[in-house]
Amino acid sequence: MGMRIRFWGTRGSIPVALTSYDIRDRLARALVEASGRTFASYEEAHAFASTELDFSVTHTFGGHTPCVELDTGGEEYFVCDMGSGARPFGVHVLAKQARRPATVNVFMSHVHWDHIMGFPFFGPAYVPGTRIRIHSCHDVCEQAFRLQQAAPCFPVDFSQLAAAIEFVKLEPDRPQEVAGLTVTPHLQLHSGDSYGYRFEKDGKRVVYSTDSEHKLENRAEAENFAAFFRDADVVIFDAMYALADAISVKADWGHSSNIVGVELCQMANARHLVLFHHEPANDDATLEGLLKEARRFEELTRAGNPLKVSAAWDGLEIEP
Amino acid sequence: MALPARRYANALVIGVTGRLDQDNCDAFRADLMAHVETAAHDGGAVILDLSALEYVSSAGLRCFMLASRQAKAQHGRIFVAALQAMVAEIFEISHFNLVFQVFPTVREALAAASNEAAAAFDKA
Repeated sequence: MGMRIRFWGTRGSIPVALTSYDIRDRLARALVEASGRTFASYEEAHAFASTELDFSVTHTFGGHTPCVELDTGGEEYFVCDMGSGARPFGVHVLAKQARRPATVNVFMSHVHWDHIMGFPFFGPAYVPGTRIRIHSCHDVCEQAFRLQQAAPCFPVDFSQLAAAIEFVKLEPDRPQEVAGLTVTPHLQLHSGDSYGYRFEKDGKRVVYSTDSEHKLENRAEAENFAAFFRDADVVIFDAMYALADAISVKADWGHSSNIVGVELCQMANARHLVLFHHEPANDDATLEGLLKEARRFEELTRAGNPLKVSAAWDGLEIEP
Repeated sequence: MALPARRYANALVIGVTGRLDQDNCDAFRADLMAHVETAAHDGGAVILDLSALEYVSSAGLRCFMLASRQAKAQHGRIFVAALQAMVAEIFEISHFNLVFQVFPTVREALAAASNEAAAAFDKA
């Protein structure tokens, strides 16, 4: 089995849920689409919804804050960040393990709240025999994980977790082997610093680069990131804003745009750009708009190989 | 990148040509900021004539944004005009059309700047 990427949480800053209004809107649009048709069973109706309705009716970008699993087909788990998506990821791990203790390798981009908030709800942390290795380049990583579970913020102190939890410090820009996966962290521009990760295994290359601002005037910085993304099969990229916002009212907020994602991936000859860390104020229609704009920009500026562009949503799975 | 400027009353029309990207944006920005300062000092506007601009990258768009910020800080104004189809699409894609006032022609941008600027253009 090759590598598989599962997106458990794709939203930036704070979780976002569909509202009742959104549900009714989708139901109404589905009913209009189905006008005149009858369905003999739930299965028939489900098949119609799965195959004939538009993405905007049947899906939502979600949802949870960052949590992205890299499934290598091996025994151990690999996951980037412990945002609120860590809760359903934990449910997945427990179901797959069927009472066997798991070993989970976590890679932390940084320890801002949206990237650690899921850990107190990560079920395997409460299961004796589970091993959790939290890899990070930050000295404050363990402190942040303990702090968010300290009274009066949370009822279960970190010290009460049943799993064996180890904090592993990684060195930036040095490839390191972690359970058969080659991992290279890379410093990014973000308040308090963040780190992207380049993962390599069996000729497949996946880059996770979130919470990263790019200063466009600095050619050396762009070339530096192009080298980090070089020939990647998938680049998961912080595309929180439209370009005009990213370099005006939201300059220095530590995030980037769909347009810069396309430019850097084109420089790097990457194959697939996945827009990630969606702005919580953006609804699904706005996010679809940003995706379409990124795809069109890629077409307009394409000089070499085509770059596939997607927008991550909770539940998306990709094979690099 | 040479930045030729034409004066119409209190408006400066600056022609931007070729490609504007990371390779030439530093020099472009320095020239443009000087023009913006001059125009603001005269109480006028800067019109960016983009009819000969073939491509602009995010780095080039950032130069426009910085110029706009400087113009606002100095109580000046900046408009863009006569975009080629591809550059117009990049403005829309990057949402710069929401930040800048975009005009189909230089003449229309000058008219938005002042009646005197439009009249001077008509006489030229």
